[in-house]
Amino acid sequence: MKVHLMYRDQDFSPDEPLPVNYLDLEQDLGLGTLFAAMAQEDPFVHDVVRKGLLRSMTNVEAVLYRQHAVADCLGSPDVVREMYRLVVETLDTRRKNWLGLFPSHPSAIVHSAVEVLRLFTQSLMNLRTFADTDGHRFRSEGFTRFFTMLQQELDDAYFARIQEQLNHLAGPGVLVRAQLGCGHRGTNYTLVIDPPSDRHVLGRLFSRKVPGYTFHVDARDEGGHRTLTAMEDAGLNEAANALAQSSDHILAFFHRLKTELAFFVGCVNLHDQLVAKGEPWCMPEPLISDQRQRYCRGLYDMSLSLRLDGQVVGNDVEADGADLLIVTGANQGGKSTFLRSIGVSQLMMQAGMFVPADAFTANLCEGLFTHFRREEDATMNSGKLDDELRRMSSMADHITPNNLILFNESFASTNEREGAELFRQITDALLECHVQVVAVSHMYAYANAYYMQALSNVVFLRADRSRTFRLAPGRPLATSFGQDLYERIFHGGDRGEKLIWCERCSALRIARPRT
Amino acid sequence: MDFVSILSSDGRNLDTAVAPAYFADLNLDQVVRAIVGPKASYSLSPFFYTPLQTVGAVRFRQAIMQDVEQPDILAALNDFASQMRSVRVHLHGSEEASQAPAKRAWFLDAAGFYCGALQGLARALSEATITSTGLQEFRDYMAQHVDSLWFQDFHAELLRLRTELASVRYCLFIRGSAVTVRKYVGEVDYAVEVVDTFERFRQGDVKDYTVQFPEGLGMNHIEGQIATFVAKLYPELFTRLENFYQQYQNFMEPAIERFDREVQFYVAYVDYMTQFKKAGLTFCYPAVSHERQNVQATAAFDVALARKLIREGQSITCNDFHLKDPERVFVVSGPNQGGKTTFARMFGQLHYLASLGCPVPGRDAQLSLFDQIFTHFEREEHVEDLVGKLQDDLMRVRDILERATSNSIILLNEIFSSTSLEDAEFLAKQVLETIRHRGSLCVVVTFIDDLASLGGDVVSLVGTVLPNRPEVRTYQIVRRPADGLAYVLALAAKYHLTKDQLKERILS
Repeated sequence: MKVHLMYRDQDFSPDEPLPVNYLDLEQDLGLGTLFAAMAQEDPFVHDVVRKGLLRSMTNVEAVLYRQHAVADCLGSPDVVREMYRLVVETLDTRRKNWLGLFPSHPSAIVHSAVEVLRLFTQSLMNLRTFADTDGHRFRSEGFTRFFTMLQQELDDAYFARIQEQLNHLAGPGVLVRAQLGCGHRGTNYTLVIDPPSDRHVLGRLFSRKVPGYTFHVDARDEGGHRTLTAMEDAGLNEAANALAQSSDHILAFFHRLKTELAFFVGCVNLHDQLVAKGEPWCMPEPLISDQRQRYCRGLYDMSLSLRLDGQVVGNDVEADGADLLIVTGANQGGKSTFLRSIGVSQLMMQAGMFVPADAFTANLCEGLFTHFRREEDATMNSGKLDDELRRMSSMADHITPNNLILFNESFASTNEREGAELFRQITDALLECHVQVVAVSHMYAYANAYYMQALSNVVFLRADRSRTFRLAPGRPLATSFGQDLYERIFHGGDRGEKLIWCERCSALRIARPRT
Repeated sequence: MDFVSILSSDGRNLDTAVAPAYFADLNLDQVVRAIVGPKASYSLSPFFYTPLQTVGAVRFRQAIMQDVEQPDILAALNDFASQMRSVRVHLHGSEEASQAPAKRAWFLDAAGFYCGALQGLARALSEATITSTGLQEFRDYMAQHVDSLWFQDFHAELLRLRTELASVRYCLFIRGSAVTVRKYVGEVDYAVEVVDTFERFRQGDVKDYTVQFPEGLGMNHIEGQIATFVAKLYPELFTRLENFYQQYQNFMEPAIERFDREVQFYVAYVDYMTQFKKAGLTFCYPAVSHERQNVQATAAFDVALARKLIREGQSITCNDFHLKDPERVFVVSGPNQGGKTTFARMFGQLHYLASLGCPVPGRDAQLSLFDQIFTHFEREEHVEDLVGKLQDDLMRVRDILERATSNSIILLNEIFSSTSLEDAEFLAKQVLETIRHRGSLCVVVTFIDDLASLGGDVVSLVGTVLPNRPEVRTYQIVRRPADGLAYVLALAAKYHLTKDQLKERILS
């Protein structure tokens, strides 16, 4: 009984390690907002979608397998949510009924295990009902196989057999087999049951009619009764173990199912919110990782959109064959937002999800890294540039060809001439190792150096002064717009005014130009 | 004679103070945590949040701190504090106890510690050489209080009750569910008899069969019932205990309670300095002034960083600085990780600590009192922050420029580094010009060399490196023109990130 909704041939295991840089990815790409939107305050869904998104698939086939399953879910969101709820309720009820981790008496284990097995049986029946009534609405390989499996493995005869075995324990008396041990004392007490062939003919009376001798322990003989109880417990031991182990096997199945359904519930939740906001989405077209293709229309930052009431501005990118995408231009022109939208959409695509865009085609990457500017190291070990270099260096040990690296204003904590030189050395090395790079940088010296070489595998985008937050293809320009902002903030944007110190009134004054 | 506060002659309440905005930038939050951490129960932090504004107030505290540094006085204060803690613990126990007999017993113990604390401190202070006005006044107040008739009565009755209660003996007789409480009439210890009987068989140690029971905090109803019966066996004694309990409910003098907490400001700081002194570093009492004057320090250091380095067993670099009037501005340039930011922090820390009336890290120092400190240190770019980084920088700087006066201290660390070189130069110059006109005391840490050559009141400092090994920083900040070398590629090589090194690492 494999779940295999997320992968064709493997379980989604929550315990597998996340990529080494997952904390950077979460922080730099603002993934917390996305996770929260998908989870809708279900901490379990939160944990699963987080791991699902951070653990990218790097194979086109695998991505498509998941994409089809996700598409099925978007088509029947109620079925997915209902199944998830069923599994959650089952597991919750089981937790309440399970008597602690180490019950000391086998009879207690038996009791608890039987309760849980009855609960599980009922839930499995309900699960199969989904397959019977809604299975035809699912087209993906993953869900089709899953529902077929439920119908084949969990047929009515199977449920009848479970019932019979559980009922046996409810009957009067306990039948125990034993051997003679040391000093002819009984040992290896084992609970036994009549063979199935005799059961219907003679019922349980058969074993009772076997001739034998009977004695009675006096009602006042407390010690005697204690001994009988001990033998019963010894006999139940193996049975209790088998029952408890069986219930644990089913438990594991429900856990896996809960985990995988949680991922799809997260997708459905997110989808609902985008639809409600009127934001576009599409199923991306994934290409193999050593191709170089990035074509997007209306690509927007999912996290930003989820935080705002209205819709956000999307960007178009056409970067066919580009190894290096350089984004320059005005401060506050949407560069960081764009960079995050590249990273988030890449992760979503490689998790088999839809992406926040009107249209989206891109090559997969075999590892995603981010290098964003950070606050000065609070442990005072070193300066900012050291911190940046140290982070780059720790990444370098994990970077391989066909990875994608996003730089946001990196290496700008020293002066521009040196920062640009340093950044170029690193970028050149990455490109020569067939690593894909998207760099947001205001360092003209850096961007212009690539522009002057007129390379076919480098594409330039620029944030414009118009402050529409929309990027357009464009060469790097020699200046950012700090002066512009300065004017606006210090004196309302009136060109020609200057901020001066007035000696007479000991205050800052705005000097207007003479006309 | 009354006594109000050991922190100031006006006795104003500092408890509402909150940490100034620049605390985190200067790592003063770490510093204060390290100072008050070992004294958490006193809630000392607010005392460290209020810089003093007058020379008199600073000197008042400096004098007390010098007294507290005397080993005999420090030891007496520590004894006093420890006994006062016991007073509080036992008073708390008394309040928490649900059974009346337990309440009385805890209370009596609290009173005992209180008498001991006061008498001990009064005696020690009378024998010590005290030079500060603040502590002299407290000593006189204390002597008077301990000599008062009220205190003498309180103490005498306490001693009598203690002695008599210690001599009470009683027996319990338990049969089935019955328990009898009665006076003790000279029975011997059964255990002692048994040990004595079998003493001759004893050979070396044997296993300990005693069982450890968890000690409950309160008295349960059985114990309570027994104690009540014991009290009935000795009615006269327990009536006196009851009277004592009623009469001295509020034995703690408010001024002494306040002193107990406030004097920890000095004790905590003296303790804090010890770790640095062990590492060979010095603290000094700075000369402070309100007036525009020379500002200087010798062998100064960043206390937050030094504490960390000491713990890691690393060496600490001290720095000197001086501004000779009319110099008001330091522009610090030079290699990254060369101690530039640390210098700016240190400059702020010294002034702040001086304004609290505390010794400052260094061999000698002359510092200015300030009306405000403003800092602008690089902040992390938060995704939630929808305002552009540069705009944010500019707004913060504008805010500083609007509020700063000639008595303010401004510390700017790598401002405008998120914009282009050209923009950064333009903006930094505009800002620095304004600050110069304002006359604020200022440290600017920057990679923009041009800022260092703006004019006579601007002093250029440079972080230095070893001449033949550019990647090795000395952490010495010296007065000399900016040299424009940032040694950045040497740094890249150190991290194996030059082009060839990086390729090798990715492809291997």
